[in-house]
Amino acid sequence: MSEAEVKGLNAARQAARERLDSHTVEMIAWHFHESTGCPFWLEKKSQLKFDPLKEIRSYDDLKKFDPFEDEWLRGGPVRRWVPKGLADKPVYVFETGGTTGIPKSRIAIDDFRTDYTLFSETLPDEFFPRGSNWLMLGPSGPRRLRLAVEHLAQQRGGICFCIDLDPRWVVKLIKKGWMDHLEEYKQHCIDQAITILGAGHEIKCMFGTPKLIESLCLGLEERGSSLAEQGITGIFSGGTEFTPQWTKFCVEELFGGPPARSGIYMTPTYGNTLMGLACSAPVTKENRYKISYYAPQPRAAIEVVDFDDNDRVVGYGETGRVKLTTLTREFFVPGFLERDEGEREPPYEKYPWDGVSGVRPFHRLASATTVGVY
Amino acid sequence: MIELPAIRWGEPYESLEVDEIAHFFTGEPIAKVHAVGAGIIRRDAKKAVDARRALQALSPAELIEKCKAAGELFESGTLAVGDSQQSPADFIEQQSATTGMPISMCQANVAKNAFVLKNIEQILGCLTRGLDLEILASGYGDEGRGVTVSYQAQCDALGAVLPSNSPGVHTLWLPVIPLQMGLVLKPGSSEPWTPYRVFSAMVEAGIPREAFCLYPGAGADIGGAILASCRRSMIFGGPQTIEQYAGNPKVQVHGPGYAKILFGDDCVDDWEQHLDLMVDSVYRNGGRSCINCSSIYASRHTKEIAQALAERLGPIEALPPNDPQAGLAAFTIEGAAAAIWAAIERDIDDPLTTSMTPLDRLVERPPVAYLRPVVLHCASPESPAANKEYMFPAVSVVECPQEQMLKSIGPTLVGTAITTDQAFRRDLIASVDIDRLNLGPIPTPQLDWLQPHEGNLIEFLYRNRALQVHV
Repeated sequence: MSEAEVKGLNAARQAARERLDSHTVEMIAWHFHESTGCPFWLEKKSQLKFDPLKEIRSYDDLKKFDPFEDEWLRGGPVRRWVPKGLADKPVYVFETGGTTGIPKSRIAIDDFRTDYTLFSETLPDEFFPRGSNWLMLGPSGPRRLRLAVEHLAQQRGGICFCIDLDPRWVVKLIKKGWMDHLEEYKQHCIDQAITILGAGHEIKCMFGTPKLIESLCLGLEERGSSLAEQGITGIFSGGTEFTPQWTKFCVEELFGGPPARSGIYMTPTYGNTLMGLACSAPVTKENRYKISYYAPQPRAAIEVVDFDDNDRVVGYGETGRVKLTTLTREFFVPGFLERDEGEREPPYEKYPWDGVSGVRPFHRLASATTVGVY
Repeated sequence: MIELPAIRWGEPYESLEVDEIAHFFTGEPIAKVHAVGAGIIRRDAKKAVDARRALQALSPAELIEKCKAAGELFESGTLAVGDSQQSPADFIEQQSATTGMPISMCQANVAKNAFVLKNIEQILGCLTRGLDLEILASGYGDEGRGVTVSYQAQCDALGAVLPSNSPGVHTLWLPVIPLQMGLVLKPGSSEPWTPYRVFSAMVEAGIPREAFCLYPGAGADIGGAILASCRRSMIFGGPQTIEQYAGNPKVQVHGPGYAKILFGDDCVDDWEQHLDLMVDSVYRNGGRSCINCSSIYASRHTKEIAQALAERLGPIEALPPNDPQAGLAAFTIEGAAAAIWAAIERDIDDPLTTSMTPLDRLVERPPVAYLRPVVLHCASPESPAANKEYMFPAVSVVECPQEQMLKSIGPTLVGTAITTDQAFRRDLIASVDIDRLNLGPIPTPQLDWLQPHEGNLIEFLYRNRALQVHV
């Protein structure tokens, strides 16, 4: 990188940081003001040993909050999460977990649309053609992803086809060890997808979980076809199973080469119901399919922190736990420790703030986590 | 450090996911293995028919000769394993380093695997009960009675999810190659050595490399993908694994053996004559095999038997693996030995159970631990410890009337019955709980290779069916 480029990147980093700081103060003002905040945070405010309205002057000041406990999201009343300033808007609730016990709920109004509209701007039109239709090959039901992908398709002028997929049943099958049933259920999902793809709907783009994309490709291969033959040109996927090795396998074997040769472009994303959607720097064979995610700052921020001291950000290239902060008018989540770990990545021109690569289940929790379930 | 690529129908594959296998005690990295995901395994499985075709280009007789040569190479050759040249001594050292097994035990397992390869012809003869292998190769033939018999292969390649704890189990899948079926192996997470060395020896001996897939790595989904994509597979695991695959015709499960020695009333008074046999059955191979004796049943003298065993086994110390006297393997999974010891302590609390060995069995040597031999006395088959099996020398001597024994023993992979009582022998032969039956004083781990193994491989891989040829 030339000296001028370094200078430019530093300036961009500085600007991004200032934007994050001012956005933080703005969001704190919103969430902790009696007229706009939600009942949950207004009640929390009375238990805090500091006044967030006075003492949070920057993003770093958010460390004054104890880590966000996602257990707070279990159970109702769900309205306690709706900011008073948005109380008259139509509210969605999205759930996560819930295979056994009460799922965690998150309210949403427009956040999912905003997140996916921003994500849409990162997609290359060549492979995600405007006006083309989409297939959503992922979880349905009370999941944010289903509506989000549908919005993405609509945002780009297309119509989204969906399948039914209940991830809670999938987790149950795995826990019961009913692997034959799991296989049948997966096949049931893939059959639905292949039927839709072959029904003349001009679908060119899709979302799929890694396991389902893989199964779809293998299913098509068995039928003597392929994703390219079905007309798919753009795919986005996500999660900790979207690893460099999996990408290598997909690109080199299932798709038939890099986008220029196979005509299929796949991009990873990282996110969850709490945060939204982090995009990736380009993934290529030349960089050994390394996947680096960057949060949609300032609406959300990712830090990679020390496993034991969660306020200490690790050095670049070092391994730590992923810590998320969500800062939108709809939802405030300070310092949520994800169930994932990875390496801290430096900023670059497109995303002049920290990223994370090599995301995988947090090793201290990994044995208790069922990943990549659908 | 040795790098072991995944092997995809003979071709090395470099994965971007690399697992390190470390020395069991020092933590020093010994090997890097290239792990692949389930998708690759499923996709490769579609090409299993090519592996079979490559093997079918050679006759069973030719493959047998090559297996014999592979046995020699496995035992004595310096072979290309991953990116290294591996001598027999290297192999034993590496295996001991990553599994914590004593060097002497690793050496014994080399001999066992080499024996099976070098004697593959006789072993196949016994597995098939003397069937001409050409009949299996062509799918049908005349056994000599003027009647056409037909055996239909149920898969093109056998899958095997292998353990790390006892390299002796590899003998079970070795006969597959001369049957002209490929092998899809998931080596044990800390013992990739035997499958890789067998692969290398077989290729060196002229067996087509495209007959083999090796998918190393710790990922649980590797095993799941092999079981899901191979039409016939074997897996090694605990009671939970057995339960999970019980009744699944595609999967042959090998788990705890609960091997036993049963004294008939006619011989039990002479128990002292069989003390060496009992010690050997409990202690051989570090007590880690499913064929090690875990219970001894007798109607009387049980306290004396237990006392005598405790005097012989109790003093055995946990020694470093390179000590020629070392007979105990380390538990390398953190907390495993302590958890087993806690389970045994719970059993000892039972009023029907007495520990005949001192209560100092757990030896912690961080990061590993050892369990020294345990001998329990159970006053009744109702004792909770009566039919337990652990991965170290542990035996329960159970007081049980002869007429109650066969109702009490439960599943028994190897049953050594020391009796000449013809009526009792008839009952033993009829017992469906006993898999391999030894009549007379034969140590439970003593395998006669000229007997079909438990879960006969031929019955698992072939279907006996009718075939008519119009002439």
